[in-house]
Amino acid sequence: MLNLKMNLDTNIFNPEKLKWIPTRNGFGEGLVLAGEKNPNVVALTADLEESTRFLAFHKKFPERFIDVGVAEQNLMGVAAGMALNGKIPFIGSYATFSPGRNWDQLRVSVCYNNLPVKIAGAHAGLSVGPDGATHQALEDIAITRVLPNITVIVPCDYHEARKAAMAAAEMPGPVYVRFARPNTAVLTTENTPFEVGKATLLWDSGDDVAIVGAGPQLYEALLAAKTLSEKKPAKGDKKLGVKVLNLHTIKPIDEKMLFALGKKTGAFVVVEEHQIHGGVFGAVAETMAQICPIPIESVSVADTFGESGEHQELLEKYGLLAEDIIEAVGRVMKRKV
Amino acid sequence: MYTIAQLQQKSNRLREDVIDMLVHAGSGHSAGPLDLAEIFTALYFRIMDHDPKNPSWEDRDRLYLSCGHNAPIRYAAMIEAGYLPKSYLKTLRKLGSPLQGHPSRHDWKAVESSSGPLGQGSSVAVGAALSARMDKKRHWVYCVVSDGEQNEGQTWEAAMLAGKMKLHNLIFLMDRNNIQIDGYTENIMPLEPIADKYRAFNWHVIEVDGHNIEAIIDAVNEAKAVYEKPTMIICHTIPGKGVSFMERDYLWHGKPPTKDEAKIALRELRSMRGKIMTEYD
Repeated sequence: MLNLKMNLDTNIFNPEKLKWIPTRNGFGEGLVLAGEKNPNVVALTADLEESTRFLAFHKKFPERFIDVGVAEQNLMGVAAGMALNGKIPFIGSYATFSPGRNWDQLRVSVCYNNLPVKIAGAHAGLSVGPDGATHQALEDIAITRVLPNITVIVPCDYHEARKAAMAAAEMPGPVYVRFARPNTAVLTTENTPFEVGKATLLWDSGDDVAIVGAGPQLYEALLAAKTLSEKKPAKGDKKLGVKVLNLHTIKPIDEKMLFALGKKTGAFVVVEEHQIHGGVFGAVAETMAQICPIPIESVSVADTFGESGEHQELLEKYGLLAEDIIEAVGRVMKRKV
Repeated sequence: MYTIAQLQQKSNRLREDVIDMLVHAGSGHSAGPLDLAEIFTALYFRIMDHDPKNPSWEDRDRLYLSCGHNAPIRYAAMIEAGYLPKSYLKTLRKLGSPLQGHPSRHDWKAVESSSGPLGQGSSVAVGAALSARMDKKRHWVYCVVSDGEQNEGQTWEAAMLAGKMKLHNLIFLMDRNNIQIDGYTENIMPLEPIADKYRAFNWHVIEVDGHNIEAIIDAVNEAKAVYEKPTMIICHTIPGKGVSFMERDYLWHGKPPTKDEAKIALRELRSMRGKIMTEYD
C-alpha cells in the first residue's frame, strides 16, 4: 500500500491521470529558486544550457551565468576557483561528460578542496536513448560516490529534483545530482518530505522483501510492488508483503533505514539505471555486508554498454522493468533463509 | 620596503631553505623550486598584498600554484614571510605536516588550493578572477604555471575562457625553464612559439628574465595597466638555478639532493667561494 505519510501522487497507478515531466525540469526550477534565495549561487554550463535546463537561470541572472564552451575540465576547475572565493557554483552538462570527462578535476580541485560545487549530470542512465552508448551514463554513480566529501543524489522525479537543487545549494560541500532526459512519472508531490541522506518508504504491504531504488526506476518498483502485493493465491503465487524504499541519497547512505528494513524483511532487490558494479546496488551491498548481511538481488545494467533505441525499448532489452523486478524478487525469496 | 638587492639576497636565502627541505624530505623536486626563487620572492615580498597573520583576509591578492610539484619554493617563501615558524621547513612531506608533497588546502588553508595534477590551477585561477569581478573586488589573481604543464589540454581550455572574459585582473607567470620530467620541453612536446600562442588566445604577453627581480616586478606593473586582457608573463629561467651541477639538467626535475650534494649546493649558495661551512659538513 502507498505510504500515506509521504503525500505521494494518488494517481500513481492511473497512467492517464499521472503527470510525466523530466527530472531536469525540476532541477532547473530549483536552481532558479536557489538563485533567488542566495546571491552567491552562480551557474556554469559547457555549451548545454538548454538541455540541462540552466537556461532559466541564465535568463533570470545573466550576470551570474557563464558558458565555458565545450570544455568540461575547465568547467569543473573554474567552478572550484569560484567556490574558493565565496560562490556556490552549479555546473551542468551530460553526465557522461561531467563528471565523466572531468573526474580528476572533480577529485582534486573540488572534492579534495571540499568545495560547494554542485554538479548536475543530465541525460544519465539509458534515458538519452537514440543517441546511443557514448551518451548513456551508466557509471556516474560509481565514479562520484567513491570520492571523499561528496554527496550523491538521484532524484526520483520532477518534485524531488527541484527539492534536491535547493537542498544542494544549502550544503557546504560538493554535491552530484543525477538526471534523466525523458518525461518520467511524477510520483511525489510538493508536500512529500525530502531530506538529504534520509531514505523514505514509498510503499509498505508487509515484511517479505524490500525493493530499494533511486531515480525514475522507482516507478517500475512501485508497479512491481503492487503486482506482488495483489497476486491471487489461485495463480499459484503467494501474495507478498513488499516495501519500496526511495534511496534518493546514495552517499551518505541511510544506514539506519537500511538496517531497519534488512532486519524486518531479510531480503532486498536493488533497482537502478546504472551498471551493476559500483552504483546503487554496490552501495547497498557494501552497507548491508557490514551491518546486516542478507541476500540481495539487483536489477541493473549487466556490465555492458547500451545502444541506440527508444528509452522504453532499452529498459525492456536491458531488463529494468517491473517484470524484471518481479523476477528478481522471486530469486531473492528463494535465497532467503 | 625591501630594496632589489635585499630581495635578491632573500631569493638566495629561499634557495638554501629549499635545499634543506628537500634533503630532510628525501624526495621531491629540485630544479623548479630553485629556478622559481626570484619569482616567489618578488610575489611575496613586493608584489602581493597579503597578511601572513590573517591568511583568509578577504581582500588579499590570490596566488594559485598550478604546477603543484614546485610547492617547496612556495612553502619556503610563505614561511619566510611568517605564515608558519621556521621549524616547519623540515617537516616537508612528513606525516601530519601542513607541508604536503603537493599543496593541500585540507592541511594548510593558506596555500589557497590543492594542486598537483597539471593544468588544474589554471582553471581555478580563472574561476577566482571571475568571482572577484562579479563581486567588484579589486584584488589581483596570480597563477604560477610551468612550461611542461602547457601540454595539458585543460590549460588551453582555461586560456580560451580567460581571453573570452577579458580577465584583466588575472596575471599568470610561467616558469619557462625548458625541462620536464622526461627531457627538454622542445623534444618532448614543442611549445614554441609559446608567446604567440597566448597572444592568439587574446592574452597580453610579456617575456622577462625570470631571475631578474626588477624585471618581474616591472612586468607585473605593466600587466596591471592592461585593461582588456589577462596577462601571461613568460619568465625565462634556468632550471636548478644557483646550484651549478643541477643547472640545465632535466634529470634534476624530480629528485632531491643527497646530503653530500646538499653540502656542495649550500656552499655554492652561501658564496664566499664556497668557504662558508654547512650543517652537512
